[in-house]
Amino acid sequence: MALLTSRKTQPSYDVIVVGSGAAGGQTAYTCAMEGAKVLMLEAGRNYDPVTETPMFQPHGQAPLRGRDTPDKPFGFYDATIDGGWEVPGEPYTSASSDPERKFWWWRARMLGGRTNHWGRISLRNGPYDFKPRARDGLGFDWPINYEDVAPYYDKVEMLIGVYGSNEGLENTPDSPPGCLQPPPRMRAGELFARERGRKLGLPIVPIHRAVLSTRQDADTLPQKIHPQNPRAQKILAESMRSRAACFWATPCGRGCSIKANYQSTTVHLPPALATGNLDILPNAMAREVKTDDSGKATAVVYIDKATGQESTVRGRVIVLAASSAESVRILLNSKSPRFPNGLANSSGLVGKYIMDTVGAGLGGQVPALENLPLHNEDGAGGNHVYVPWWLYQEQLAGKLGFARGYHIEFGTGRQMPTYGTATGMDWLTRGSYGRKFKEEARRYYGSFVGFAGRGEMIPNEDSFCEIDPTVKDKWGIPVLRFHWKWSEHETRQAAHMQKTFADLIAAMGGKLRVPPDKDGAKAIEPGGKIIHEVGGTIMGADARKSVTNQWCQTWDVKNLFVTDGGPFCSNADKNPTLTIMALAWRSGDYILDELRKGNL
Amino acid sequence: MERREAIKWMLTAAASAALLDGTAMAAVPAPPAGPSGKGYGTDPDLLKVYKPGDLWALTFTPAQRALTAALCDTIIPADGNGPAASAVGVPDFIDEWISAPYLGHDHDRTVVIAGLEWLEAESRKRFKNGYANLIATQKNAICDDLCHEPDAKPEFKKAAQFFRRFRDLTAGGYYTTPEGMKDIGYTGNVALATYDGPPPEVLKKLGLA
Repeated sequence: MALLTSRKTQPSYDVIVVGSGAAGGQTAYTCAMEGAKVLMLEAGRNYDPVTETPMFQPHGQAPLRGRDTPDKPFGFYDATIDGGWEVPGEPYTSASSDPERKFWWWRARMLGGRTNHWGRISLRNGPYDFKPRARDGLGFDWPINYEDVAPYYDKVEMLIGVYGSNEGLENTPDSPPGCLQPPPRMRAGELFARERGRKLGLPIVPIHRAVLSTRQDADTLPQKIHPQNPRAQKILAESMRSRAACFWATPCGRGCSIKANYQSTTVHLPPALATGNLDILPNAMAREVKTDDSGKATAVVYIDKATGQESTVRGRVIVLAASSAESVRILLNSKSPRFPNGLANSSGLVGKYIMDTVGAGLGGQVPALENLPLHNEDGAGGNHVYVPWWLYQEQLAGKLGFARGYHIEFGTGRQMPTYGTATGMDWLTRGSYGRKFKEEARRYYGSFVGFAGRGEMIPNEDSFCEIDPTVKDKWGIPVLRFHWKWSEHETRQAAHMQKTFADLIAAMGGKLRVPPDKDGAKAIEPGGKIIHEVGGTIMGADARKSVTNQWCQTWDVKNLFVTDGGPFCSNADKNPTLTIMALAWRSGDYILDELRKGNL
Repeated sequence: MERREAIKWMLTAAASAALLDGTAMAAVPAPPAGPSGKGYGTDPDLLKVYKPGDLWALTFTPAQRALTAALCDTIIPADGNGPAASAVGVPDFIDEWISAPYLGHDHDRTVVIAGLEWLEAESRKRFKNGYANLIATQKNAICDDLCHEPDAKPEFKKAAQFFRRFRDLTAGGYYTTPEGMKDIGYTGNVALATYDGPPPEVLKKLGLA
């Protein structure tokens, strides 16, 4: 079994997984490593980070110095191919023409999906995050606790490799010994912010990111991850030995040819393929799930993009891991006389309660960071530090005017120059040119700081997606139509972010070029822009009020699962990827168990 | 400058978008647009070395190119830290930029072509010579009137806007070359066995030692 270059699929599989990113990669890994026969469908092309990643290319070698374009929305060297907020021939629509009510839907049509370019920020949800309604009466509680997921967070951290530290902070879980790798040292601007941020009460601590700061311990980790399975241990050990530690150069967003960071294509899929239990079919655009007379899922219908032909693959278990909105789309397009409103939708909640992360940012210039002695600040190709939410008690006491928290991500340092370097400096230089301009470019380079807030959104009735009644994509598949609205909990939070960032920049002695926005509705990024889209197939304890149970198993079709962000019934400020993987692993274990028992 | 544009600039200056959580700092990325048709497409070869003119036809006439080179070098001349902008291909980059088939670049094309025309005419008006042939003090006399838009006299406002955009393009083109990266003091993009954090002299200067 292997990567299929043509339609040579087996007659039937134990598990069919739609999608190859964090959720699909983890589901396929969990099932294949434990012996299940798995077929993975991916809508994009095969992609190999080892041979395709532009690791050291300076921007001067790229078209337009690497700037972002509609073809490459995060810049030329970003790992995403055939993806973005717009995918040619694959539209989606918005129910409202109001820009504030538009949802931006990012898709990456490539093997590994968004894991190829993501920020690698890997934060655990805390105990509060699984029971938010119990705490403040808003949104939904999960049918599981932190303790149910913690063992899976441990395993995911050990498998993918996450650097970070244990700080013992409220609702910011520590990892057990042996899970985390050492965090990289802080950069100059990060240390300076930590020092000056103290008086504001901001805990600036090492962030957790899926980057190997040292090589993985291939002699002991595989036994912890697959305790009863010597073959899986051997395969995983080989995979771990093939990964190098970070060499402290090149941004992670480009992907990583030495496999020092996590992407599904370098960490999940190679060992799963090595078992011989996984087939991967790229360029297969899933359209719908078929069911039989008893209501069980039997097959996935997909379009072979190479030929445009429709085809069907059969499996005992069907797992949708296509990204939360794409999985919703597949369910709603899977109509039959038995399921006239789409599959697994007896609650009417498929597509409801979609969420993104609240985002707002502010930048400044810090004189203390000018003219620093030359030194290399590339570091781990991304954040080294962050500020976990620090006002839980004030918030609970009702002092903030919004119900949920945010964390702060940093941009500082002497990063590789881009087409934006030394531009727009008039406000500092009063318009210098010539030798003076060059001096000032050197002086100010590395003195700019930027802070980005990433906060929790509460699910609401006005944010959902459905099938557009008329529009179809180029494959003839009906597309999604989005409805979106932020509540005041989010816009007030965004205003709070603005004030915090301005205070922090002021504490660093920095200058703002634009004042912080007091109007959170203006400061907040559009829905979907943070690319933390979750919800739409929320999990719960009650089949009438949720789409899946705690195992990501749909209430209506017991051999149909959704393991992407869809089952999230809240969206903590913690970036969702680590939790997606932990829940997908937990779901995979349940699937394997049920298959063994003959229940599926 | 629009607020969002200003934030985008600031964050671009602070860090590349990819650094931060995927989207994070890229406050406002390129707006959605349909397939560009003439662009490099959604799956270009990322390992190839691209040169201006490889992907789309360029715009400048020989005279515009020479004038661009002269103005680039007024903005970024050679000094002890690095060469002049024209010595490292910045005029070709500006030509590539204004010729690109993406949203926004057509606006820059209009601004740059009109600005170059104005500059040449102004040079001939003031000094009876093309800009490229002026001596440094003459070039400075013109550029001093343009270099800071808020201070520019009404008759120079539009030219000052051109100058601001042209200076940004020159800087962006220059500091992304190996010579420009060295000039500005970027010492990264090399594989290291360990990341040791800021050296003692940096900590000392920040009062953190």
